[in-house]
Amino acid sequence: MDWQLVADSFWPLLRGGLTGTIPLALVSFAIGLVLALVVALLRLASNPVVSWVGRAYVSIIRGTPLLVQLFVIFYGLPTIGVVVDPWPSAIIAFSLNVGGYAAEVIRAAILSVPRGQWEAGYVVGMSHARTLRRIILPQAARVSVPPLSNTFISLVKDTSLASLILVTDMFRKAQEIASFTSEFMVLYLEAAALYWIFCTVLSFGQDRLERKLEQYV
Amino acid sequence: MSEQPLLRARGIRKSFGDHEVLRGVDLEVRRGEVVALIGPSGSGKTTMLRSLNGLEMPDAGTLEVTGGPSIDFSRPVPNAQRFALRDRSAMVFQHHNLFPHMTVIQNVMEGPVQVRRVPRAAAEGRAMELLGRVGLAEKRDAYPRELSGGQQQRVGIVRALALSPALLLFDEPTSALDPELVGEVLTVMKELAEEGWTMVVVTHELQFARAVADEVLFLDGGVVAERGAPAQLFTNPREQRTRQFLHRILHPLD
Repeated sequence: MDWQLVADSFWPLLRGGLTGTIPLALVSFAIGLVLALVVALLRLASNPVVSWVGRAYVSIIRGTPLLVQLFVIFYGLPTIGVVVDPWPSAIIAFSLNVGGYAAEVIRAAILSVPRGQWEAGYVVGMSHARTLRRIILPQAARVSVPPLSNTFISLVKDTSLASLILVTDMFRKAQEIASFTSEFMVLYLEAAALYWIFCTVLSFGQDRLERKLEQYV
Repeated sequence: MSEQPLLRARGIRKSFGDHEVLRGVDLEVRRGEVVALIGPSGSGKTTMLRSLNGLEMPDAGTLEVTGGPSIDFSRPVPNAQRFALRDRSAMVFQHHNLFPHMTVIQNVMEGPVQVRRVPRAAAEGRAMELLGRVGLAEKRDAYPRELSGGQQQRVGIVRALALSPALLLFDEPTSALDPELVGEVLTVMKELAEEGWTMVVVTHELQFARAVADEVLFLDGGVVAERGAPAQLFTNPREQRTRQFLHRILHPLD
């Protein structure tokens, strides 16, 4: 093991993580969650057409590889005249992807709140929308923290795919240094270790958030 | 007692799939009156109660509430009518259905502040007064899960009272409670009756119905099999099925 190379490449890799991997994951997750809530509500709609739109979306996102989705946006769209830069391409693809997976989580969480909570909301005079916002979603949020945390941790690792559409993230940095030095094993193991550290920190955060939310349930 | 009933339901019918749960039920409630609905499980009493505030939408029948809407269930009921109906009443559930992510005082203030637009300070004052009356003022910042079943149900009652409804609906409010906790809830309900609240109560507590109700309806198979003053209905029922039901409840081991 070339420890000098590990030490020399550590900061470039970490910088790639902090300026590439982490922001890409955070922004995509935030947009994806909003999208997921919308899709979950579409799926739960009583109107069959509306519900079908939600189901079709989830089916397409979950039924096609994330890498293919990235390539369609970054390499495919320009052939029909729509050119999207690497970063926006990555954010669009990851957001759409989170939207599909998290929609199922949120839908299940909403369904897990007992029917009596809806009725209690109606009885104190609330509309359907207000009951959803004030009564149901706060309880659904608690239930969906563990599965959504898993979605987020997966996303952090999946962002490495963005290196294939020229986004300078942690893994692309590793690839650059590896091809320059031909030390593939060292650099890729180092990148793996950094991803592992990121995800471990996130798991701690998840535990703390769950304990905090457990207070009132 | 005024002439005009506060609530008048006529010919209420409701089916779930092929099963007809209500087969034409009439109900009148006057202001200040307490009406008890009793009957075996599956008799339709809870469905009838839930029809009175639109939690269940009957298939047919009419419902008039003074100061509220006049609804014909055989036609589609507009949302505005549904809200107007709910505005006139409040319900206490069998399983309290308190909001688990809110404290006691937040549970009580939610309706007045969020829906009725009562200023926060006024709503809080009213909530504390009501909580004090059921002996739970010191629990204001507790979460529902930290309370006993009887305390939870008393908060459920206070949450309903805070809406200042014309009509209080109770859906078997003590059925889910441990026996030793039933008394504290029934005591509160008895006090409310004495204060003149108009109440419709679905209950298995025949002693309570006998002591507090002005009128008792015995439902069986989706119809009112017998109705009358409690003294008559409990001591001298006219109908054979009423007699059998009362016997089963009062002498379960025979």
